[in-house]
Amino acid sequence: MSTPNHTASTHSEEENYLTNETTIQSWLLTKDHKRIALLYLISVTLFFTLGGLFASIVRLELLTPAGDLLSSEFYNQAFTSHGVMMVFFFLIPAVPAVLGNFLIPLMVGAKDLAFPKINLLSWYIFMVGATFAIFAVLTGGLDTGWTLYPPYSSTYSQSRVALAVAGVFIAGFASILTGVNFIATIHRMRAPGLTWFRLPLFVWAHYATSLVMVLGTPVIAITMVLLFLERVFGFGFFDPAKGGDPVLFQHLFWFYSHPAVYIMILPAMGVISEIISTFSRQKLFGYSFVAMSSLAIAILGFLVWGHHMFTTSQSAYTGILFSALTFLVAIPSAIKAFNWTATLYKGSVSWETPMLFAFGFMGLFLIGGLTGLFLATMGMDIHLQDTYFVVSHFHYIMVGGGVMGYMGGIHFWWPKITGRMYSNFWSKLSALLIFAGFNFTFFPQFILGYMGMPRRYHSYPEEWQVLNVMSTLGASILAIGYALPAFYLTYSLIRGKKAPANPWGATGLEWKTASPPPPHNFHETPIVTTEAYDYQSLPLSETPEKEGVHHG
Amino acid sequence: MGQSFPPLFPPQASTVAVEVDALYALLVAITAFFTILVAGLFLFFGLRYRRKLESERPIQVHPPAWLEIAWSVIPLLICVVLFVWGVQLYFKIYTPPKDAVTIHVVGKRWMWKIQHMSGAREINELHVPVGVPIRLLLTSEDTIHAFSLPAFRIKRDAIPGTMTTTWFNATKVGSYHIFCAEYCGTKHSGMIGTVHVMEKDAYQRWLAGPNAGLPPAVQGAKLFEELNCISCHRAGATQRGPVLEGVFGTTVDLRGGGKVVADDAYIRESIVNPTAKIVNGYEPLMPVYLGQLSEEQVNALLTYVRDTLGKAERPKDAPPLPGTAPAAGSSPRASESKGR
Repeated sequence: MSTPNHTASTHSEEENYLTNETTIQSWLLTKDHKRIALLYLISVTLFFTLGGLFASIVRLELLTPAGDLLSSEFYNQAFTSHGVMMVFFFLIPAVPAVLGNFLIPLMVGAKDLAFPKINLLSWYIFMVGATFAIFAVLTGGLDTGWTLYPPYSSTYSQSRVALAVAGVFIAGFASILTGVNFIATIHRMRAPGLTWFRLPLFVWAHYATSLVMVLGTPVIAITMVLLFLERVFGFGFFDPAKGGDPVLFQHLFWFYSHPAVYIMILPAMGVISEIISTFSRQKLFGYSFVAMSSLAIAILGFLVWGHHMFTTSQSAYTGILFSALTFLVAIPSAIKAFNWTATLYKGSVSWETPMLFAFGFMGLFLIGGLTGLFLATMGMDIHLQDTYFVVSHFHYIMVGGGVMGYMGGIHFWWPKITGRMYSNFWSKLSALLIFAGFNFTFFPQFILGYMGMPRRYHSYPEEWQVLNVMSTLGASILAIGYALPAFYLTYSLIRGKKAPANPWGATGLEWKTASPPPPHNFHETPIVTTEAYDYQSLPLSETPEKEGVHHG
Repeated sequence: MGQSFPPLFPPQASTVAVEVDALYALLVAITAFFTILVAGLFLFFGLRYRRKLESERPIQVHPPAWLEIAWSVIPLLICVVLFVWGVQLYFKIYTPPKDAVTIHVVGKRWMWKIQHMSGAREINELHVPVGVPIRLLLTSEDTIHAFSLPAFRIKRDAIPGTMTTTWFNATKVGSYHIFCAEYCGTKHSGMIGTVHVMEKDAYQRWLAGPNAGLPPAVQGAKLFEELNCISCHRAGATQRGPVLEGVFGTTVDLRGGGKVVADDAYIRESIVNPTAKIVNGYEPLMPVYLGQLSEEQVNALLTYVRDTLGKAERPKDAPPLPGTAPAAGSSPRASESKGR
């Protein structure tokens, strides 16, 4: 891609979005998508830390077979709080609301999102929802599991279900508004010359994600309203004693919550596409296949919810349909994995930190995706349903895939967001620790699951202790890996080297403007004349000069 | 257990376990193959084409179309194989053979209540003979539970308000875990038990032991009289509902069109919520027994309708079977099937 604007890329003496205004008010009432992205970054980091603390509590309890560290009540609250925090307040918003918010206007060459005020509103709604949920968790707790199945959640649980349900309901609107904003921006605000098939794959992935957010989130909102009415006013939608059907809730819940998995993974896939292309200096192999596979995943994702219910009273013939459709989702995912790998072929591969995270993503996402086949296979799922095999599988996808992608994205665009470079050594160490710690934590859980260990168990038979101890040790390594960036990234803000406009030799429009970008992103509207990932026309002056290896 | 440490497989103690483990082995092989292939290639390319000069501008590789097609179609073919095997195995695991012995399982926070047809009752223990197919009929009195028997590779949810089925044929004498696999609240992880697979004669001795009680079919017969079901469902002057002799297993015509097979789930529903499906030719007169009877009483009535009335001769003065109710004319299949 080319742009008339090369002057902005040199020194950061000029005004940038971080320093142009400094009052607290200028942050809390900002309409700048970049500042709103940072508000989201701080919030989701907080919720991730909270969710992580609950995970540590769970893993500590499971060191010994007996439920001796915590009471059953508190243990049940801990895994529920872990799930609710991580799913609704970290994984769903993380990549879209932080990286998507920051990058989509930059990538399409726009000054901001289509609706800047709605963007700010979405953050406030998100924070109100989160406040409800955290209040529920901290005062009396929530013990239903994040899946909130009735009749337990509606009738039997003694915990703060109504409050938490209200939190999830409210936070959903933030998601819908973000989705609408992205769709409008991608349709209406692309720079001259930036046709659909010149868009970076990150933008395609967010387009597909936004469709899921806009079409799926209303269903979880309706479901939460029904559950609220049932719990507070004694309606009988899901209560068999009143003629209701508890399995109906599962249909409604998974109609959203399965596509929600794609809200978590699709944007991360978009990040990985950018990183792999940049660090191998190849146009992404099969660009249009990868772009279309995102849409295929988004659409098919809506048609597979019944695979969560093979062991319920759902009809076997319904199950067959869901099983077949679930296998179909495997195909676009496989297409992505193969194309990413082929992109490296005859490329110029540089193992910088973001590329290490991308490699970690590949390893974990492959295992996560392939173990999904076990669960799509109906006869196999009966034995595995509701065991640690399922727990491990979705952690490989949502954490191994989703969080690896998020971490890779943070490290890739950190210089752009903050204008600073971070430590190479510590960031690579963090990537390695996360990869190793993750496998150490979750691989034993596949075996535990096949042995039959049910999920959400406070105590377990003694023969499973060795694997559980391994898992807890792995989690300790993982925790260190996740904690490290808090230190070296914060340190980079104070002492980090100033980042050039394009430190990695990447091609996207976001790299054509200064690091950090000026308040309105570009001084002149960029004009796009080439395809995405055109490394041939990347001027030599834009390749980073490091260690004097400038022989060309 | 305890061959390898830590163990990798649960005991293989039912007829389906062997096939489930074979399918698992195939899936593990597929996972290992593709993980090593793709991650291996990624690493290999990453090292082979490592950047040597900062100014490198590699020649752009344009993918041939056949490659994209190949790596879409090959995974699809593998998926078809897994899909077909999975469906086939699912039906095998959830379709009990005709001669299976029925045992009722009721989940109640936080215990499993077991009713044998002999009248024996147990809590959190299940005694079964080796080599005999056992059909489990599951329901719950409160939240959703799931009856999980890892050694047999089976699991099924126990859902309040409905009845689900699974079955097994144990192949190895021994004691194995029972778990509740669907989260059900505070003592979820305490809702566990043991299934004891016994030699047939040991099982007979156990049956005759102190656990023996009134068989559910007998309890059901008593309830059938006590609750006065008998006045409307017996052929004669007071008959206002379908006569139940020989009904079980037939196909019933419903008011307003539609048919239903009179299986366990249907009979149960007709007891607790009779107006849900009205047999053609009858009025919705029967009271709702939802909440009036315990699940175990419902199971006793169900057993009576299935095993006693289901095999009984149809009285001479009874109207034709519901499938052949007056409005629908006569259906030879339904009446012949009970060999009158």
